[in-house]
Amino acid sequence: MTVAVVQFGGSNCDRDTVRALAHLGIDAELVWHEDGLPEDTTGVVLPGGFSYGDYLRAGAMAARSPIVAEVREAAERGTPVLGICNGAQIGCESSLTPGAFTTNESARFQCERVHLRVENADTPWTSHFEAGEVVEFPIAHGEGRYEIDDERLEELEADDRVLFRYCDEDGNVTPEANPNGSKHSVAGVLGERDSVAVLMPHPERVALPDIGPTDGQGVLRAFDE
Amino acid sequence: MTAYTATVEVRLKHGVLDPEAETTGRALERLGFELEDLRAADLFEVDLDAESADAAAERADEMAERLLANPTIHDYEVTVEER
Repeated sequence: MTVAVVQFGGSNCDRDTVRALAHLGIDAELVWHEDGLPEDTTGVVLPGGFSYGDYLRAGAMAARSPIVAEVREAAERGTPVLGICNGAQIGCESSLTPGAFTTNESARFQCERVHLRVENADTPWTSHFEAGEVVEFPIAHGEGRYEIDDERLEELEADDRVLFRYCDEDGNVTPEANPNGSKHSVAGVLGERDSVAVLMPHPERVALPDIGPTDGQGVLRAFDE
Repeated sequence: MTAYTATVEVRLKHGVLDPEAETTGRALERLGFELEDLRAADLFEVDLDAESADAAAERADEMAERLLANPTIHDYEVTVEER
């Protein structure tokens, strides 16, 4: 039973993710993308970073790599798959999840703590939170603005597939609390199945008590179930 | 087989915000230029051999669908010329 944390050239949150999962007692290992998914893979993380130097569009190249075809097959079998930051961009580029993450409204790379409101607590990724709960995660991205056509977004919202929205510390979703101009302040969404999720903020960076708050543990614990 | 150059122009769909283009436009204004608006696009020139211009265009179209453009945010246009 192992969670595969997929390393591409340019991944840089891969080891943090393994460490965060290990801290929660979840068996995880780094898997180089060319080696393919191990037989005993029970979960997959597409970690943050700058795979393929963000060439063409962030996540575009990694999304077309052979291991992502394997990840898609695993996802269809119900294996939990989580894309974080660059992994979220890869998830949307590969159609594991709907929409696209593109250039921040500010046109700048932003590295800061943000508040998120839990929109749907009835998923493996959010079952440790309450609906409406406000958590604090860091973001670190230049291309995190969620884009999708209006009709598709309405469908996602109607199907309760929005996991988190950017909000202020009291849970109000406002333009001021939206760090990157994401449509309807969306910070994370589910795929076709609720076992597949992507989000731009970094749960693995708020998972170790030695370095601060641990709000992110709730997301990662999905792999423990 | 004939040698063609297929040009694929990829641009953001109408209404999708382009912060880089806005920043570029503002920089031109800072340099003293007057302008109304500025749009940016990516241009790919693909040299290929194909049976006909239509076949070349079809292949370039598939390249755009599968990699060069992201259908969620982009429109694209393919043109083909003999080279």
